[in-house]
Amino acid sequence: MLQAEGLGYEEALALADFSVRAGEHIAIIGPNGAGKSTLLKLLAGLLKPSSGCVTLASRPLHNLTRREIARQIAWLSQSDDVASEFLVSDYVALGRLPFQGTEASAEGKAAIQTAIHHCRISSLMVRTMGSLSGGERQRVMLARCLAQTPRILLLDEPTNHLDLSARSELLTLLRTLPMTVLTVLHDLSLVPDFADRTLLLREGRLIMDDASRKVLFSPMFELAFNQKAHQVTLDDGHVSLLFRPIQP
Amino acid sequence: MIRKNSLCVAIPIIVGLCFLEIALGSASLSWQALKAAFWAGPYSHDIAARIIWSLRIPRFFLAFLTGATLAGAGALLQAATRNPLADPFLFGLSSGAATGAVAVIVLCGDMLGIWTAAVGASTGALFATATLLLLIAVRRKKNRVISTERVLLSGLAVSFVFSTLTNLLIFWGDRNTAQSVLFWTMGSFSGGSWSALPIVGLGFLTVLLGGLVYRRDLDALMAGEETAASLGIHVQKLRLCVLVVCAFGCAMTVALCGPIGFVGLIIPHLVRPRWGSALKRSFLPTMVAGGMLTVLADILSRCLLPSQELPVGIVISAIGAAFLLVLLLRR
Repeated sequence: MLQAEGLGYEEALALADFSVRAGEHIAIIGPNGAGKSTLLKLLAGLLKPSSGCVTLASRPLHNLTRREIARQIAWLSQSDDVASEFLVSDYVALGRLPFQGTEASAEGKAAIQTAIHHCRISSLMVRTMGSLSGGERQRVMLARCLAQTPRILLLDEPTNHLDLSARSELLTLLRTLPMTVLTVLHDLSLVPDFADRTLLLREGRLIMDDASRKVLFSPMFELAFNQKAHQVTLDDGHVSLLFRPIQP
Repeated sequence: MIRKNSLCVAIPIIVGLCFLEIALGSASLSWQALKAAFWAGPYSHDIAARIIWSLRIPRFFLAFLTGATLAGAGALLQAATRNPLADPFLFGLSSGAATGAVAVIVLCGDMLGIWTAAVGASTGALFATATLLLLIAVRRKKNRVISTERVLLSGLAVSFVFSTLTNLLIFWGDRNTAQSVLFWTMGSFSGGSWSALPIVGLGFLTVLLGGLVYRRDLDALMAGEETAASLGIHVQKLRLCVLVVCAFGCAMTVALCGPIGFVGLIIPHLVRPRWGSALKRSFLPTMVAGGMLTVLADILSRCLLPSQELPVGIVISAIGAAFLLVLLLRR
């Protein structure tokens, strides 16, 4: 569905090769400056690769217009600095922009309603963006992406600035989405709950692409983060992850 | 609901302002004379009827359309640059238009009749836009987002350069021309006539259509440049189109009324708290409110001094300065 071939971007990313199948939930992890956000922007067509290319359903992304890409791929930035007086309803409706003029159509309205329902933000629609809490804001931003009815959702650290409950609420929501989702995650303990597959980046290179647990318990992971993952079984039987620095 | 309520408020205010604009002026007319003159129609030879139909009614339209154009352009520029302090003045569009108009008046005279200043102003404004874009583009790194600071500083530089050129042209011009140009640079609606209305009408229509076409894309831009791009918008192309639309719209108003500042800055700020930031909702109310402000300022400019008309630019600047002070104290 989405394929990266020899993808590179200046000094930030060097040669990433992988393909994404429809419906997969993938986490992108790596230390700061590893090129995660750059990779996501390249996949969204927001940056032009300096080498290689991204293909969407066998069509190179650079051969598609911005609107054509936006009809299939939605991208959520780390922080949207939208004006505080912006109404939530207006903001969510922006998701219909790639389908010019369909905001008021039955299809457009249905897409917006589904997004509102999915993200449970119907009570926020009359509020302004400036009046929302971090968790509410994140759900509203996600609703704007879902209103795009994309086939692929690219999320750049969506759990940033969220407290524990808002974080797990958001991840549960993401887990239920019936589309391909690629998420940059900083909180590594969330990775196994969210993603079946994980891409590990280090210094601008994709160093591992495998099942999430395999990646987290691999020597590559230890090399990238200088941390070791430990599996902890809690009293209630739930298995959780703990990360400890590797002693020299 | 908001729309209906606001219409119910706006229409009587516009009618009231129109009445005051027609009723007040250096020639004082009684209520009876005013009524008679109005019903005598535009082709009557009665002096009162000619004052009303040939001077005051077109003056009302000129003031309203100018204010609406400038306010609309201000709202578009603020959204396009994601800066709440942007207006046609700050980007040098008005200064460029003024330079073009003054250059044509001083150097070429009245070559194209009433359209002379309009042609000069639009050339000047488009030249200012090109200079602005050039300044922004110089040393811009590939694939990097243009910072708002860079856009604003470039705008200020263009504004200063063109203001200097205008002053030089006035300085070099002959005394009579210089004096009339100097008065024109203070802004005035005294040039209002039916034949002048198509010029400002053209500017008004350009900004109105530009706003209606681009307002949704600009709303997306308010959520961030990359977010807008991810929604399918070509950000640089959008900015260029908005700049050109605003430059042309402002040029048409500057050509007739001189450079009038602050309208494009103040009005979007006044409208936003009630209508929200999204241009989808606030663009048309912004234009209407801009029209109301300039008509009000024109009425004040004719009434504040007993036997003299103040340049409307001075009145609007005073209102704008007060507004900025309030804005400053609030924060």
